[in-house]
Amino acid sequence: MSLDDLYRQEILDHYQNPRNWGTLDHPDITAVDSNPLCGDEIRIDLKIEDGKVAAVRFSGKGCSISRAAASMLSEAVEGKTLEEVKQISREDVLDMLGIELGPVRLKCALLALKTLKVGVYGVQQSWPGEDEEE
Amino acid sequence: MRAIAPERRVDFAAIRKDFPIFEQKVHGKPLIYLDSTATTQKPRAVIEELERYYRTYNANIHRGVYAIAEEATRRYEEVREKVARLLNARSVHEIIFTRGTTESVNLVANAWGRKNVGPGDVILLTEMEHHSNIVPWQILVQERGATLRAIPIDAEGRLDLSGLDTLLQGPVKLVSLTHMSNVLGTVNPVAEVARRAHAQGALVFVDGAQSVPHFEVDVRELGCDFLAFSGHKMLGPTGVGALYGRRALLEAMPPFLGGGEMIREVKLEGSTWNDVPWKFEAGTMNIADTIAFGTAIDYVRRIGYDAIAAHSRGLAAHMMGALEEIPGVTIYGPPAGERGGIVAFTLDDIHAHDVATVLDHEGVAVRAGHHCAMPLHAKLGLTATTRASVYVYNLPSDIEVLAEGVRKAKQVFHR
Repeated sequence: MSLDDLYRQEILDHYQNPRNWGTLDHPDITAVDSNPLCGDEIRIDLKIEDGKVAAVRFSGKGCSISRAAASMLSEAVEGKTLEEVKQISREDVLDMLGIELGPVRLKCALLALKTLKVGVYGVQQSWPGEDEEE
Repeated sequence: MRAIAPERRVDFAAIRKDFPIFEQKVHGKPLIYLDSTATTQKPRAVIEELERYYRTYNANIHRGVYAIAEEATRRYEEVREKVARLLNARSVHEIIFTRGTTESVNLVANAWGRKNVGPGDVILLTEMEHHSNIVPWQILVQERGATLRAIPIDAEGRLDLSGLDTLLQGPVKLVSLTHMSNVLGTVNPVAEVARRAHAQGALVFVDGAQSVPHFEVDVRELGCDFLAFSGHKMLGPTGVGALYGRRALLEAMPPFLGGGEMIREVKLEGSTWNDVPWKFEAGTMNIADTIAFGTAIDYVRRIGYDAIAAHSRGLAAHMMGALEEIPGVTIYGPPAGERGGIVAFTLDDIHAHDVATVLDHEGVAVRAGHHCAMPLHAKLGLTATTRASVYVYNLPSDIEVLAEGVRKAKQVFHR
């Protein structure tokens, strides 16, 4: 994959102008996680109303891939039921990013999803790089 | 050992040709390898020695009395002599083969530490240590009810020794410090720390993982009690390293791992231990890689430490100059004259992973992250840095490609 494909305009746009950036004052769900490889950190806040995601915010430190993935994911969960959020798979995130990644950068791409799952399940149910439990 | 070689020019461009890995392309570009701090590439001689061992004299050592077993044993033990000479140890009995620096630290933390460190005792580290020189001591002090302290660093990444004598007061049993920082490249005044530590009754462990590959290290001149380094960071195979320990200490230490070869006599009621250093080499050792590690030592010594150290320093200065010209680059650590061939930097607010990925597409291999030194990065207020490091196969032209790649990273993320 060429550099231009990897850092395609949409990814750079989400990186430089992350959607839903910040924190919520009284979130119903907060999850934090980090990537031990690079020390990246992420926090995701969710406001749940009528069983649906009414608001989402994320914050933290990370590379372009991890931040773009979190930003795209945050758009994807808005308005979804918790059950629908639980159904989001690693393939969905990689489809959103639209790029091929090696095993190390895959962890960057999946950090937000991993954190989100910890938030909605309450405990960690899946690990990046491993098959989703169906 | 200490003979001064006449000034001679080493042809580093010819040396690069000894490394088959540079015959390939990465992303369609020649491979520029700037991650030797993590592991070095291997010269043809080392790769061929591995094959020669498996093809012609593969046998277990210290056991068989047949020809190839004796050949394997002789060559394995010759490497111990090479390491002893390399470090100016007093004898081969002071050299233990391990899996690498990490295992060496664990060996001392377990075998020496559990016998000699008790409640209230202190292990003194520094703020610039690699995780492998922190975590084994943390495990030890947690088990023994002891505590860790750390020598601070100053703004330029040098050890601040102004408070050392105070830090050494009380029940400090051991000072464990790196000889050369794997992030900042800082070369630490180990001999001075050892002198002051010994004056207060503490032993000194030196992490030589970065120093032994790059310059002459003399354990007697340093006055250290233990020193560890890894073969794979000095052109040898992965999975083998050496631990130097003063013989009296090794003799008094209980074994680390139990098994074959480390015993003198085994009865079901109990066993007695082999002599040092074999007391610490349980089970079948990494024979092939150890022998090829010896080939790597020969290769390094043929080039000569004077030439290697000058080459690394020169490239580090070149690298710092080239990177400093790029607006947005911040370099961490001391000036070029005080460091080895390691340069860690940040580029504006662009994440190190992104810098490294752009560089990768230019064929340039660098490390991005915290380089197994999270406390140091926390001290510097950083999450991650990009680190470029050099060795004998690097040339000034590599630095130009690096600098061009860093400029490109800026373009990609600031467009």
